[in-house]
Amino acid sequence: MISVRLEERNDFAEWRGKARQLLLAGVRPEQVIWRGPGEENGLFEAGDSMLPSGEGAVGSVPPAFIELGQLAICNNDPERFALLYRFLWRLLEDRGLMTAASDPDLLRLTGMASAVRRDSHKMKAFVRFKAVIDDSGLERFAAWFEPEHFILERTAPFFERRFAGMIWAIITPYRSAFWDGQELLFGPGGQKSDVPEDDAVEGDWKTYFASIFNPARLKIGAMKGEMPMKYWRNLPEAELIAPLIRGAREAEREMIERVSSQPPARHLRRPSEVPAVQDGEREVASLAEARAAVQECRRCPLFEFATQAVFGEGPEAADVMFVGEQPGDQEDLAGQPFVGPAGKVLDAAIEKVGIDREQVYVTNAVKHFKFEPRGKRRIHQKPNGGEVEACRFWLNLERAFVKPKVIVALGATAASSLLGKAATISRLRGAPITMDDGTMLFVTNHPSYLLRIPERERQEEKRAKFEADLVLVRDAIERVRTAQNSVASHT
Amino acid sequence: MAALTLRRKLAVLSDAAKYDASCASSGTEKRNSKASGGIGSTEGNGICHSYAPDGRCISLLKLLLTNFCIYECSYCINRSSSNVQRARFSVEEVVGLTLDFYKRNYIEGLFLSSGIIRSPDYTMEEMVRVARSLREDHHFAGYIHLKVIPNAAPELLAEAGRWADRLSTNIELPTDLGLEALAPEKKPSEIRTAMARIRGKLAEAAPEPKTKAEKPKYAPAGQSTQMIVGADAANDEAILTRAAGLYSGYKLKRVYYSAFSPIPDSSAKLPLKAPPLLREHRLYQADWLIRFYGFDVPEIVAGGEGGLLDLAIDPKLAWALKHRERFPVNVNRADRELLLRVPGLGTKSIERIITTRRHHSLRLEDVARIVGSIDAVRPFIEAVDWTPGGMTDDAKLKAKLTPQPEQLSLFA
Repeated sequence: MISVRLEERNDFAEWRGKARQLLLAGVRPEQVIWRGPGEENGLFEAGDSMLPSGEGAVGSVPPAFIELGQLAICNNDPERFALLYRFLWRLLEDRGLMTAASDPDLLRLTGMASAVRRDSHKMKAFVRFKAVIDDSGLERFAAWFEPEHFILERTAPFFERRFAGMIWAIITPYRSAFWDGQELLFGPGGQKSDVPEDDAVEGDWKTYFASIFNPARLKIGAMKGEMPMKYWRNLPEAELIAPLIRGAREAEREMIERVSSQPPARHLRRPSEVPAVQDGEREVASLAEARAAVQECRRCPLFEFATQAVFGEGPEAADVMFVGEQPGDQEDLAGQPFVGPAGKVLDAAIEKVGIDREQVYVTNAVKHFKFEPRGKRRIHQKPNGGEVEACRFWLNLERAFVKPKVIVALGATAASSLLGKAATISRLRGAPITMDDGTMLFVTNHPSYLLRIPERERQEEKRAKFEADLVLVRDAIERVRTAQNSVASHT
Repeated sequence: MAALTLRRKLAVLSDAAKYDASCASSGTEKRNSKASGGIGSTEGNGICHSYAPDGRCISLLKLLLTNFCIYECSYCINRSSSNVQRARFSVEEVVGLTLDFYKRNYIEGLFLSSGIIRSPDYTMEEMVRVARSLREDHHFAGYIHLKVIPNAAPELLAEAGRWADRLSTNIELPTDLGLEALAPEKKPSEIRTAMARIRGKLAEAAPEPKTKAEKPKYAPAGQSTQMIVGADAANDEAILTRAAGLYSGYKLKRVYYSAFSPIPDSSAKLPLKAPPLLREHRLYQADWLIRFYGFDVPEIVAGGEGGLLDLAIDPKLAWALKHRERFPVNVNRADRELLLRVPGLGTKSIERIITTRRHHSLRLEDVARIVGSIDAVRPFIEAVDWTPGGMTDDAKLKAKLTPQPEQLSLFA
């Protein structure tokens, strides 16, 4: 038997040096007794002085083992040194061992590592600093913390990053950490009395703790699972827990039984902030009023999930009105029609054929976005006949106020809304249809149709056809303008 | 009115904030105070600094700037007609409390909400001032969560996101009609428009993959919302459908579900009973399955009856019991998507199963070591030495897997 003595409780580098020596000497795990600081050698154990120096190749281990070892060695389990060595020995024979999640030795080591990680996390959470003003008027902070494992060294840098602008000390039973604003230093352990008992803000903290607790939601097990009682003795708020729990049932009963009383005078004096509920049926006297009223629309169920109603945009006296199907994802978010990819296609085509974009009113047959949520995306869904029918009310208002001479239906939904019956683009495009009020209606594809064609060649072909339709629209607008001008010059 | 002490205000304005479910401080950028010499850090994962006896973590100093409110939302303790004691913090008082608490390591940061006073813009501006002062005057690098007043000006939303780690706009109730009935001043479309604006700002701030150009930061921990459960008649299907619509529409990090809790001086419109905590828990489980396990809303709701989740068992088990034809799943061969459907297997266990099986074929005992508790898993898997046989189709399986009701000790 060889007895190996370590100076530190939690220094992986030191353990690693000893382990190298043992491996070089070919010492099997069961021949080693590991001793931490302060432990006595057994009577018949040989010391480690005759082990080789530790120079020389002993094989390599995956980085994951080093990481695991650095954590596990901070565990207070007296067997950690021996277990690490046994696992290392096995690992050098079987490189796959590190990923064998069901191996008992590995499970024990990962368990030790998790306990260390958890204790370190709890230290970040449960350290409570107390402030003192020193003789020079400087505010200093000190905390007493009793970790379950040897975690101070690996956790102190967290406090350094967090409280860089403070001067602080954390005292634990086995070691202490100090930050003077410049440097992180470690010293010997201490005791609770090394840290001041009082802090001026602690009373506020307890007030907060007691007030934020909702007695109607008592879940003691959940609290204890996350805040184990072993930490309570150093948490100032913990003394409140028992009384809060004792009073919870009574407090809840009181909440339930205290029914509404007479409102305070302030409430009775307040101006009524509630506008009368509107259902979109009220009279609207202008385009602006229609734009406001459409936000209250309940004519079909689509309002419930869309962000907002997207009304048309453009000059109120536009000669031409483009009508699409419905707002898409981007239009729904922005509250404006044709701002997404299809809008860009439309804008490009309008510009190309020479229609003045500034003189165009754009809108949709349906004002709310219809979609199906799929993961992180909203998938466009075609509005049904009832929804198109319900929304025609708004489109008709837009037509009535804007009075366009030419309307362009983009796609079948727009065409069927404007014509009041099912529509087929291929049959209707290419020539204007005169509507009941004399308006000229042109029918063409929706620009998003062009975006959905995968083959480049076919896309170009359809785009050319789309633009040809818009050329007809442009010529019609010009004819209307010329006619208007001549009427104007004759009167 | 006699002036209240700071401590009394703290009691009133934290009591007023206790009905808000969210308290998370995770998911933001990493930063610390070493360069600035100020205080504060965030390392990605939030830290819960304490736990109240209600089992909820205390991570942030959760306060209302004021509980005076001009609105009359029936479910809210601070509604205009309530006789609750009122108080108002100054901007400086909230900043001071946050710093004092943070320096003692009581908290990760501040979660500031407010009743609406004067106007939405005025109220939002005050909240923004708190955050600005913490960041600019005190070099505070801790976490800040601001509650958005829905119809505040877009410029205020833009500035709020410059200082805050997270913004949230509460949807309050699952249906628009429910909201209108209980909160007449709140407009559902204004709430959703605020979320849409935040989403737009978040997208603008996202780094360009190619140029990697630094852009002005905007709410690096994203946005979240809260929905009250059990104050109106909406069922779980309505709640989860709303949540799915919000996740897909506004890139929310979280939807918080808050079991409606009786409030003192409560409106007669509302159910005066203990909050439906178990229902809230099942909704969180269902939400989790939607976000991380590839389930969709109809599938999850179909695990229960009549649009309500099964309260006795978790929603994944409920789904599996109604789809026994899809089991057993072979842990040595099945792909990830199938493993995600097995009751009792979580994403972490599944990762470990997949890594381990590259080198070693898994026996039931191996799976048991990985998952911790094998009882729920056993009827639904096959391993090298294990097939469940008739167990999967056992008519009594649900009864066997239903946890026995626990006697909760009140005075433990």
